Amino acid sequence: MAKHSGGTRMISLFLRDLKLSMRAGGGALIGVLFFMTVVAVVPFAVGPDLNLLSRIGPAILWIGALLASLLGLDRLFQAEREDGSLDLMLMQETPLVLTVLVKCLAHWTATGLPLVIAAPLLGLFMNMNEVAIGATMLTLLVGTPAITFIGATGAAVAVTLPRGGLLVSILVLPLAIPVLIFGVSAAYAAVQDPAPFLPPLLILIAITLFFAVIGPLAAALALRSASD
Amino acid sequence: MPIRLRVEGLSAKRGEDLIFHDISFIVAAGEALIVTGPNGSGKSTLLRVLAGLLVPESGVVRLDDTTADISHPRELCHYLGHRNAMKRELTVEENLSFWKSFMGDSVGGSGIGLEEATEALGLGGISHLPFGYLSAGQQRRMAMAKLLVAYRPVWILDEPTAALDAAADRLFAGLVERHLGAGGIVIAATHQPLGVAARELRMTGFTGVCEGAES
Repeated sequence: MAKHSGGTRMISLFLRDLKLSMRAGGGALIGVLFFMTVVAVVPFAVGPDLNLLSRIGPAILWIGALLASLLGLDRLFQAEREDGSLDLMLMQETPLVLTVLVKCLAHWTATGLPLVIAAPLLGLFMNMNEVAIGATMLTLLVGTPAITFIGATGAAVAVTLPRGGLLVSILVLPLAIPVLIFGVSAAYAAVQDPAPFLPPLLILIAITLFFAVIGPLAAALALRSASD
Repeated sequence: MPIRLRVEGLSAKRGEDLIFHDISFIVAAGEALIVTGPNGSGKSTLLRVLAGLLVPESGVVRLDDTTADISHPRELCHYLGHRNAMKRELTVEENLSFWKSFMGDSVGGSGIGLEEATEALGLGGISHLPFGYLSAGQQRRMAMAKLLVAYRPVWILDEPTAALDAAADRLFAGLVERHLGAGGIVIAATHQPLGVAARELRMTGFTGVCEGAES
C-alpha cells in the first residue's frame, strides 16, 4: 500500500463528506438556519427588555447551538449504511476509529463551524456586547466539536434504526450537558467580573479532547457490532 | 506469490437460526467460485461472512500465501453487495475517485484510471453526471468500475449482474475473466450463469450443503 498513505485516504474522505453536506439534502445549511430561527424568536418571546436579553444571551446562543448540532447527527452513519458505503469502510485496512474521527471532523466543519460564524450576528439580536460575543464565539468554537464526537457514538448505536433521529438526541443529551455548563459559564465569566474566564474554558477544551478520543472509539465499536 | 482463499468449517447464524453449517472450500488464484441456491439459502450471508462483515458462528476464513501484512482477509477483498456504495448526490467521477483514493491498492497490483475503468464498463463519457441520474443498469455498471479503480485480489460479488442487459453481462464476464487471468479470485452469488468457467457451491438452505463438480 505504498502509493496511498493513510493521509491521502483521510483527506479524500474529509473532502467527500464536506462535498456531500454542501449538495442538496446534505443538511449543512439546515443546522445554521435552525440555530438562527431558535435565537431569533427569543427576543419576541422575552420582550424588549434589553438588559434581560443581554443577560440571557450567551445561554440562549449555547442552547440554540446545542440543538442545531444535534440536528442531522443521526444521518452521519445511516446515510452510509443505506447505500452500502459503510460495508466498504468497515472492510478497509485503515482503522475504523480513524475513519469515524475524520467523518466527525468533516461533519463539524460543515455544520458546527457555520454556527460559530453565525454567532456574532445572533449575538447582536440578543443585545450582547462585543466581549460577550467574542467569548461566546470562542466557547462555541472549542465546545461544539465535543457535541459532534458524543453524537457520533449515538449515531453509531442507532445506525440500524430507521427513525433514529430523536433517539440519538436523547441518548446524546445527558453527555452533552457538561459541555453546555462549562461553555455557558466560560462565556459568562468573560463579562461578569469576579468569575475567572480561563478555568471553565480549559475544562471545556479538556472535555472536547476527551470526547475526541472516547467518541470515535465507542462509535467504531458500535458500528462493528451493528453490521448485519 | 499466488494466493489461496481457504474456508474451514464455516457456519453462521442470523438471529437465532443457523443459516448454514460446516462449509469448507479452497479457492486458488485464478479460480472462480459460483454460489448458487434458492432465495434464502444463505448465499448473501456466506458472502458477508467472507467479507468480514458478519462474524461466523464457527470456522475460519483465511488467505494463504499472501505477502501482504494484513490483520483480516477482508482487507484484500472487494465486496459488491446489493447496494452500490455510491452517492447519488456526487458525480460518477467524484464517487469513483473517492473510492480509488480511500481504498488504495493492495500489494501486487494497481487500479486503473477512472476514464479507463468507465470505458471498460462501456460507459465512457458520462462520468460527469450525478450518480443519481443514471439508470439502474448504468448505476450497477458504475459500481463495478470500483472493482477496477482500486486493486484487490479477491472479488466478492453478490448477484452482480442482476440489473444488467445481455451485452453488459458479456462485458462483465470479460472483466472477471481478465481478473482471474491475472491471478485473482472471484466468489459470486448468482442465479444467472456468469459466463466464465467456475466451480459451483450449491447452497440448499438448512438441509445441508454440498460442493458441486466443475460446471
